Amino acid sequence: MLLITCPHCGPRPELEFRWGGEAHVARPADPSALDDRAWSEFLFVRNNPKGLFAERWNHAHGCQRWFNALRDTHSDKFVATYPAGAPRPDIAAEDAR
Amino acid sequence: MSAQAYRLPQGGRIDRTRPLAIRFDGETYEGYAGDTVASTLLANGVHLMGRSFKYHRPRGLLSVGTDEPNALLSVDRGPGRVDPNNRAGAVEAVDGLVTGSQNRWPSLGFDIGAVNDLLSPVLVAGFYYKTFMWPRSFWDKVYEPIIRAAAGLGVAPEGPDPDRYAHRHAHCDVLIVGAGPAGLAAALAAAGSGKRVMLADEQAEPGGALLHDPRATIDGLPAQDWVAQTLAALDGHENVVILPRTTAFGYYNHNHVALVERVSDHLPLDQARDLPRERLWQVRAGEVVLATGSHERPLVFADNDRPGIMLAEGLRVLVNRYGVAPGRQVAIATVGSSAYTAAADLAAAGIRVTIVDVRLAGDCAADVAFAAQHGIEVLAGHTVVGSKGRLRVSGLVVAPLRADGSVGARRTLPCDCVGMSGRWTPAVHLFSQSRGKLAFDAERDAFLPGTHAQAERSAGACAGDYDLAACLDAGFAAGAAAAGVSEARTFQASPTRTGFQPMRVLPTDADPGRVRAFVDFQNDVTAKDLKLAVREGFHAIEHVKRYTTTGMATDQGKTSNMNALGYVAGLLDKELPTVGTTTFRPPYTPVSFGALVGPSKGALFDPVRRTPIDPWAEAHGAVFEPVSLWRRAWYFPKAGEDMHAAVARECAAVRDGVGIFDASTLGKIEVVGPDAAEFLNRMYVNGWSKLAPGKCRYGLMLKEDGFILDDGVVARLAEDRFHVTTTTGGAPRVLALMEDYLQTEWPDLDVFLTSVTEQWAVIALQGPRARDVLAPFVSDIDLGNEALPHMSVREGFVCGVPARLMRVSFTGELGYEVNVPADYGRAVWEALWEAGRELGITPYGTETMHVLRAEKGFIIVGQETDGTVTPDDVGLGGMVSKVKPDFVGKRSLARPDLVAGGRKQLVGLETEDPHERLDEGAQIVLDPSAPVPVPMLGHVTSSYFSPACGRTIALALVADGHARMGETIHVTTMAGFARATIRDTVFVDAEGVRVHARDS
Repeated sequence: MLLITCPHCGPRPELEFRWGGEAHVARPADPSALDDRAWSEFLFVRNNPKGLFAERWNHAHGCQRWFNALRDTHSDKFVATYPAGAPRPDIAAEDAR
Repeated sequence: MSAQAYRLPQGGRIDRTRPLAIRFDGETYEGYAGDTVASTLLANGVHLMGRSFKYHRPRGLLSVGTDEPNALLSVDRGPGRVDPNNRAGAVEAVDGLVTGSQNRWPSLGFDIGAVNDLLSPVLVAGFYYKTFMWPRSFWDKVYEPIIRAAAGLGVAPEGPDPDRYAHRHAHCDVLIVGAGPAGLAAALAAAGSGKRVMLADEQAEPGGALLHDPRATIDGLPAQDWVAQTLAALDGHENVVILPRTTAFGYYNHNHVALVERVSDHLPLDQARDLPRERLWQVRAGEVVLATGSHERPLVFADNDRPGIMLAEGLRVLVNRYGVAPGRQVAIATVGSSAYTAAADLAAAGIRVTIVDVRLAGDCAADVAFAAQHGIEVLAGHTVVGSKGRLRVSGLVVAPLRADGSVGARRTLPCDCVGMSGRWTPAVHLFSQSRGKLAFDAERDAFLPGTHAQAERSAGACAGDYDLAACLDAGFAAGAAAAGVSEARTFQASPTRTGFQPMRVLPTDADPGRVRAFVDFQNDVTAKDLKLAVREGFHAIEHVKRYTTTGMATDQGKTSNMNALGYVAGLLDKELPTVGTTTFRPPYTPVSFGALVGPSKGALFDPVRRTPIDPWAEAHGAVFEPVSLWRRAWYFPKAGEDMHAAVARECAAVRDGVGIFDASTLGKIEVVGPDAAEFLNRMYVNGWSKLAPGKCRYGLMLKEDGFILDDGVVARLAEDRFHVTTTTGGAPRVLALMEDYLQTEWPDLDVFLTSVTEQWAVIALQGPRARDVLAPFVSDIDLGNEALPHMSVREGFVCGVPARLMRVSFTGELGYEVNVPADYGRAVWEALWEAGRELGITPYGTETMHVLRAEKGFIIVGQETDGTVTPDDVGLGGMVSKVKPDFVGKRSLARPDLVAGGRKQLVGLETEDPHERLDEGAQIVLDPSAPVPVPMLGHVTSSYFSPACGRTIALALVADGHARMGETIHVTTMAGFARATIRDTVFVDAEGVRVHARDS
């Protein structure tokens, strides 16, 4: 079980959290301006890298706040967690190891 | 045979003042407190303890530890407490314990299944795969039942397990696994730091290998005194928790380690009942020190599996720890030095010992000299080519190895016990589970911890340190580093006999294709089977494992894996590390289901949510059904009524009089704030800005992909306050989706969301007489048709209780939903019920609710929809706001596939036979005689008998359904097909006048 550091509550077991997919995929301000292809990419297309991945987590059984995390998908190591809306920390994969 | 004929006159850590007796296969055997089942049986000269899995060969104890592959016993602690596949050396003897052998019939001594042994030439690796292929039709009826009946080791217990199992979550700074010399030294180092330390060991007492080492000294003390002194020192530290009988079986992410503690199996049977049987520990550790020791490898030679042939260190444990002579005349076969210590200990106990060393005399001169000091004969440069005996070994067949590698003349060493030592395998299981990478160490001929993935360290034999002083030093250093202290310490200890010569399969003069030299004892895998697998093209070690089953089952190849790997590498002419290892997976040793389940059984298995009105329903004979986590009243049968009759009566009552229904399970979310209406505008397809306070509106919510997620009535209580209802099962996901958008997409909106599902009890009064029942209890709300029309809400008092009173209907009749604080729910329900009795008020359940809503064509999200259904598909396209620039899912409604023709659309169905009730989920076709595969048009989503229509009705999703009104289609039934006609979805009161009750 992962140990995840909620930016608001501190380290808590994975059981308290819900995963929310890739982070920093903003909903378009005016969806009607997007053509079908662009809209379907927003809806369905996500990255699945081996290595550092910015992803959304919700502390569902805690403070219920959404936040973002940088996790190495290979080692499952969390490099950083940060509040929703904050920019992705500038950490290269190599530095994280 | 006299009792305990093989018990040595002195020695061991058993308590000879506390005798006990256990039963094995119906016979009684005496032993002492401190014995295991294995040591008790061996003290009585019983070596035959089981039959092998495949060939049913007689087997005895191989090891004394948890790596045991052969001696698997069924242990019976009373009714419901029968536990199969216990390793005889790991079960502590308890007075009155009943044990039995497995996988034999009619008896252990005479086992019919042993005929398989004669058939062994055909029962080779892959036998099942190759043999049971034809004819294909035989598989289900003939082959599989026979194979299933023959498969498996022990018999699964029947009936529920009466024991209690506990769960515990714990945190510590340093978790040390293994309390041998390395683990104890690590604990000593960490204890003084004040950090929280846990020390877990699978054995009954800490000490590990030191418990059977009477010669060793540490810092001038006999090793066992050092253990006692160390434990006393650790006991003085409040920050140290010592867990004996506790196996760390799983190493998971971020230093999450799972352990199982055997709490009471070792206690007298009558004392064990007050305690849990086992306790599952889930520990989150800052640092982990692995001091898990090592396992001895068997030697691979012909007939190396007879009862009495054991691992050499195991013999030493029997003599020194349990005071048991494993035999009178013991032959020890070895390729390394550690077995000489075992031989010396046996000789010191008065047992006649001969050593057969495969190494040439020049390669083991120091060991031979050591043996000479103890008066032990050594046959150096000899190989083992076979064994004699049937139910117990009676001789070891040996032959000298010539300088050219050929094998000389055979001779038989008479013996009643054999110890074998094929060097050591570090127990890297937990390290590997932690996702650390193993590295092959040629000098030790073993895989050792290499690259680390988590905050852990390995110390002692599991890291390849076999020397006692090295173990202690490494353990202390690991403990200090884990606890973050800089203290260093070196230990003075007696030397350990180490060193060996790798040997995969012992040289033999026999045809290798004819001898059976067992590599994996538990699965009856021989060197010949491995060779066959490689010859048939299985070159990847994971494939070899699955084809031959080597390394599988309860021992997971603890004794066999390295021998198998080495042998396969040799056959492939590859270096061992390039062949790699199979994956180490949890659990390290078998874990009972009881420990994993813990208290989550019976009523606690899946918590049941009950409404405040649930006890009333139960008292009034309701039949219940589960709806998500809730249990809901399904129908209320009167005496002699079946479900059909009860539902028909309940439906008629609502249509003609008044029914009362517990709707408390509805999800409820209070949406509050200056931007509440704007927020709902963005979440729902319909508009909310123009909804006046005091009004209700049916809302439909989509996911961003344009498909229906949930629906429910939303009541506007004030400009900035909405009472949102959701489906019973959808409440958590709707709230979660709302929170997600609010927090991450529109954090600028000033809105608060609060789940109030359990705060409000909801009582639905439905039917033409509903107002008559309700009116006497309401004084401050005008219930008049003009004052409180359909789809409106008022706050006031009902029965003197603060209430949110909604005039809403899911039945098509005049209806009210009375929301009162949950604690008042039952009282208000009972008051309404009592008052309504003279009007014939009828409680109804979810089945009647379903019939009534289906008669009106109202959808149930999750029944009429399945995550691929749009508002237009279910005829609700008109609800979708045309003026809102955006809402969740709006853009997707214009996706090409969502506007294309041919979509499945909701329609009504009437069967040709008015009494034929279609199956929900049944497929719909246009022409049943069309060639296979018959094109499917859709499926039935809801189907009931409608009392109001006097016939069955159904709803269905049908391709282009809206354009097929009046067409005849065919629906699959269990018997074939039923003809039905497509119609609109509203079966009752198509004009929708009843709900407005205008004539009253």
